[in-house]
Order: sequence, then structure tokens, then C-alpha cells
Amino acid sequence: MAEQRKAQMSRRRLLATIGTAAGSSAMYQAMTTLGLAAESTYKVPIRLEGDPKGASVLVLGAGVAGLVAALELHQVGYKVQVLEYNDRAGGRCWSLRGGDRFTELGGFEQTCGFDKDLYFNPGPWRIPYHHGGILNYCKRLGVSLEPFIQVNYNANLHARNAFGGKPQRLRHVPSDFHGNVAELLAKAVSQDKLDQPVTAEDKELLLEALRQWGALDDNYAYKAGVLSSDRRGYQRDPGGGLMDEAVPSEPLPFAEILRSRVWFRLALGQIYEFQSTIFQPVGGMDMIARAFVREIGSLIRYNAKVTAIKQDDKHVTVTYVDARTGGTPMTATADWCLCTIPLSVLDQIDLDVGAPMMDAINAVPYGAAAKIGLQFKRRFWEEDEEIYGGITYTDLPIWQIGYSNTSYGSPGKGVLLGAYVFDSPYAYEFTALPPEDRLKKAVEYGAQIHPQYETEYENGIADGWHRVPWVLGCFGRWTEEARKQHYKDLCDIDGRIALAGEHASNIPAWQEGAVLSSLDAISRLHQRVVAG
Amino acid sequence: MSPEDQGKTLAVWRGMALAMVLTGAAASAAGAQSSDGSFTSPSHFMQRDGGVIYRTVCQGCHMAAAQGAVGTGAYPALANDPKLAATGYSVLVVVNGSKGMPPFGALLDDEQVAAVVNYVRSHFGISYPDSISSADVKLARP
Repeated sequence: MAEQRKAQMSRRRLLATIGTAAGSSAMYQAMTTLGLAAESTYKVPIRLEGDPKGASVLVLGAGVAGLVAALELHQVGYKVQVLEYNDRAGGRCWSLRGGDRFTELGGFEQTCGFDKDLYFNPGPWRIPYHHGGILNYCKRLGVSLEPFIQVNYNANLHARNAFGGKPQRLRHVPSDFHGNVAELLAKAVSQDKLDQPVTAEDKELLLEALRQWGALDDNYAYKAGVLSSDRRGYQRDPGGGLMDEAVPSEPLPFAEILRSRVWFRLALGQIYEFQSTIFQPVGGMDMIARAFVREIGSLIRYNAKVTAIKQDDKHVTVTYVDARTGGTPMTATADWCLCTIPLSVLDQIDLDVGAPMMDAINAVPYGAAAKIGLQFKRRFWEEDEEIYGGITYTDLPIWQIGYSNTSYGSPGKGVLLGAYVFDSPYAYEFTALPPEDRLKKAVEYGAQIHPQYETEYENGIADGWHRVPWVLGCFGRWTEEARKQHYKDLCDIDGRIALAGEHASNIPAWQEGAVLSSLDAISRLHQRVVAG
Repeated sequence: MSPEDQGKTLAVWRGMALAMVLTGAAASAAGAQSSDGSFTSPSHFMQRDGGVIYRTVCQGCHMAAAQGAVGTGAYPALANDPKLAATGYSVLVVVNGSKGMPPFGALLDDEQVAAVVNYVRSHFGISYPDSISSADVKLARP
């Protein structure tokens, strides 16, 4: 029966199945269809040609989009003023360090208790190599980068109901999955069980490819031995001198891998955005924001809460109050306005734009996400388990454990990302808990993967993004339908007001979306200014 | 998550879509982690009681006493919202979302929506005499 079914499977389907598991063609094809694999159209660096003739621009929000706009417009001679709600620049480009305080909606205050030089990025934490916009600013502004480890073969894949709940080293699962699939397919190919004939030449090539890909032996079998251990690691590693000889490791039972469903994550590192090389700024993501501030910090007015944005045919007038004290409303006026305020906040501001932009602003709900940073007395993941950076994936509600991608081997304390979950009931459920309970949960779940949590955990800081007072969610969660109907109206300039931010991009929730959106908006705005 | 659902997720999202499918969405048959039904499924709320749904989901934004919260923007208080007088309004907002509020229609079934709407409309100093049924919710779905 199984033989029959195998025989019925067409070559294309079979190869596509393998492609998916291997994360190659099928995954790439899916990504291309979705536009994910498209090259960025950004030209490095942007050129705003022509004289702005003293025109002024009011930039609302000093997140990545606002900072990019302020820097570029200022450099070509615009009079720029930036209004920012927080007492710092960066927005979601944000890092928390020891002593930092964060008060979320509802009044819960957390003080970060991390040791010196340890930090946690509650927002973005990685920059793919093809995010040329944000990387260009890192280069121009002197932000040091280091590798962000997405795939660590010694991190874990974990599923509660698989392998007796025991976490599996990532290197075991793809090796064994690919090995077994290669063996099955090699059998089908060599016995001419495919429903479409393969030329003799192709057959030979395919068999050789399967042997290489799956670490099969001369008989096209995947089994314990040097070949498979060169992929999945040894039970006892080769040593030196008269040490005991190496012992190959035993592959996991294929049926158990299939039933575990951990193959769900096998293609993760092959996602375009997760492919090597990925970067992180040395010292925390907010090093990017700080670098911008060094250039244009004097243009930013902090603690400014915008309450109204009005325009006529000559000017834009923005009313704002002191975010800490309230008090008398103040106004700022300019010829143009680039507004990067998240739509979840902008939809509550008295805003003078036409119905198409207004409808677009109202059409985008904000996604849920929770991220938790935990400090431990020592870097036990390195000391006990040889896990240097990277991510463990689990079906526990914490979804991920992200290990520190820097300062490997340093003595003393260490911080890891104890939970990162988004757009799932888990994200809402973490957010609904008081911060100390979020931490408790994260530690309780994490201990199921690393029992060291129980003795080594010290303190943490937990961010539920819907509780963040200045964004009310994590990112603009467009649907395909809403995008079709409203995206262009959101991006089109309305009179003297243009919008920018990750929400006005096709790369939601990534800093690159904010950068490209901002560059596109100011380019169009500049064309109008120069055209008079 | 069924292959069809995955397809939908892929079609609806860009950017984070694949990441989401591959990171967390492998629906697990694992038993409940919390006795109230929270932290049980990556793709659907499993809480059945209206009060539990409120405390483990809605409270994240609307706060423990349904008093809402104010930052640069605000989450509306439900406690004094006259719009809640209309059952239909409450159901539509929960199912479809509203402005920045995400839709919960795909994460809660009809009974759960009815349970949480009935809970809110009979707590926090609110006591509307009428209640809604899961059949009403079914009709309100798009």
C-alpha cells in the first residue's frame, strides 16, 4: 500500500516535498510569489536633487522613519523640526539596560536589573544583509555591526509531545530528516518507482545528489556511522593521542521525527530574511538611534505629545502638549509635514486629511507581540551546553529562546531572550498578565528546556507590545484585502502631509520598511517642493 | 494549523508571515498549560468562560477594571461606554476589530465571543438586562 502510494507520487511532487523540507526551491518559489524575495529598490544613498529654497518640514516621531527623514531633509537644506513623544529617540529601535525604567499602559513600572553592558532589544533584533537601507545608515553613521546568529545547529528544537519532551539539537533533526527522505527517494528512483520516467543520465545524477545531500552510504542507506555523524555529530567526538576512539551517534527514528512535527522549523534559516548573513548592532539595537541623534539630535523636541495636525494650502500646524505635564498646548508650523506616528495612535489624533487617507489610517489593526529578556547568574547555555548564540525553537508558549550573540565565553552574568511570540493567542495572553507574571511564566516554560533556569535565573523585563504607550501594538498588521484597498491612499501625499513608517511599507515590522517608506515619502515630497 | 490555514496566513501576510508559520504555528496537541485554558493553543483561544477570556485577553488593553488606558493614544474604557448598550456593536468590534484593535473573529468561536461580550456587559458597573447567544454571533460574522 505504502509502496503503491509512493509510486503514485509524481516526480515533481516528490521533489517539491523535498524542496520544502530542505527549504530550497519550493520555499523560494512561495516567497517570490509573495514578493518577499524581491530585491530592494533602494539606491544608496538617496539623492534629493534641487533646491528646497528654505522650505520647512515638521517630522512627527523620532523613530527610524522620522530620523531618516530628518537627517536627509536637513542635509539638503530644509528647515527641520522633529516632535517626539518619548524622552528618547528610536521608537521601536529600542534597547533596555540596567537601570532603565519602563512604564507600560496600566501603570506597571519595570526597572531593568541587568548588569553593566547587558541589554535586551524589546523591538527589532536582527538586520538581514539585504536590508540595504538600514545597513547603509549603519555604515554612514558608524554603527558597529556583528553577526546575529539565526541558525545554531547546537541550539534546540523542542516539542512537548515529541521525543519524550526532550529538546533535540538542531543538528540531529535536519540530518536525520534529510537522510531518511534521501534514502526513501533513492529507493524509489533506483527501483523506477516514479510515475514519470527519468533519463538514465538524470537518474544517475539524482542518485548521486541524494547520496551527497542525505549523507547516505554506498548502498544509499542512512544509518549510524561516520557519514551521518559528520552531519549530526558524534556520540563521542574524535580526540587526540590515545584518547578513546570516536563513537558515531545513532539517528533518531524517522517515524518519531515525522510525528514530532519539528520539521515545521527546518526551513526557517532558509527564509530570505533569516538567511546568513544577519547583523545586530554591537551594544544594542538603539545604537542606530543614538547614531542618528549624534547627527541631528538638536532638531528633536522630546516629550511632545501631538494632539492635532491641521493644514491649509500654505502650512501645516501641529498642536502638542508636554507628554509628562500636559499643560498649555503649543504649536509648531511648517510648510510640510512628514508624520511617522503609528496608525494605532494617529487614528486618535485630530487630523486634517481627506477621506481616502483617513480610511486607510483606520484600516490597519496593530499586531500583538511579547518579548521577554532574562538575566542569569552565568552563561550556562555556553558553559554547560556549548550553545553560542542562535535560537532554540519550541512549541511552548515562549516559542523561542534567543541566546546572546556577543561576548562569547565572558565570565559573569548573561542575558537571553526568554520569549518572543507574535500574532498568536500566546502574545495576547502574555500581554494580559502583569509583568512579574510574564516573567514567571517565561522562566517556568524555559526551565522545561534548560533546567538551569531554576537555579541561575536572577531578573528580567517583559514587554507586551499592546501595553507600550506610544504604539499600542507591535506593527501594522495589514491584510491583503486592506492593502489592496487602502495602501496607496495611505502613502499618497495628502495636501502637505505625508505618512511614513513600517506601516507604510511592504516590509511590515522590519526597520527596513520604515527606512524605505521614509525615503520614498521624502523623495515624493521633495519633488513637489522643487517643482514649486 | 491546517495546510489551508497556513495558505491563508501566507496569503494574508508578508514579511513576518513565513516567520510566523515556521516559528510558532505548529499546532500542538499538548495538554493545557494553564487550568483556565490560557497558554494552551498557538492558534486559538481555548478559554471558555467569559470572565476568564476578559482577564487573559481583553485586559491586556482594556485593563483589569475595564477602565482603559492613556498613552500617546488611548484604549477606550468599556466600563462607561454607552455604545455597549447595543449587543450588535460589541459583537462586531470583537469579531472584526476596530481601527487599531485587531479582529478576534478567527481566534474565538461564536460561544466564546458571546461569553466575553455577555461578561463585559454585566460587569464593571454595567448591567444590561439582555444577553446574546452564540447564534447571534454567528449571524454577525462576515
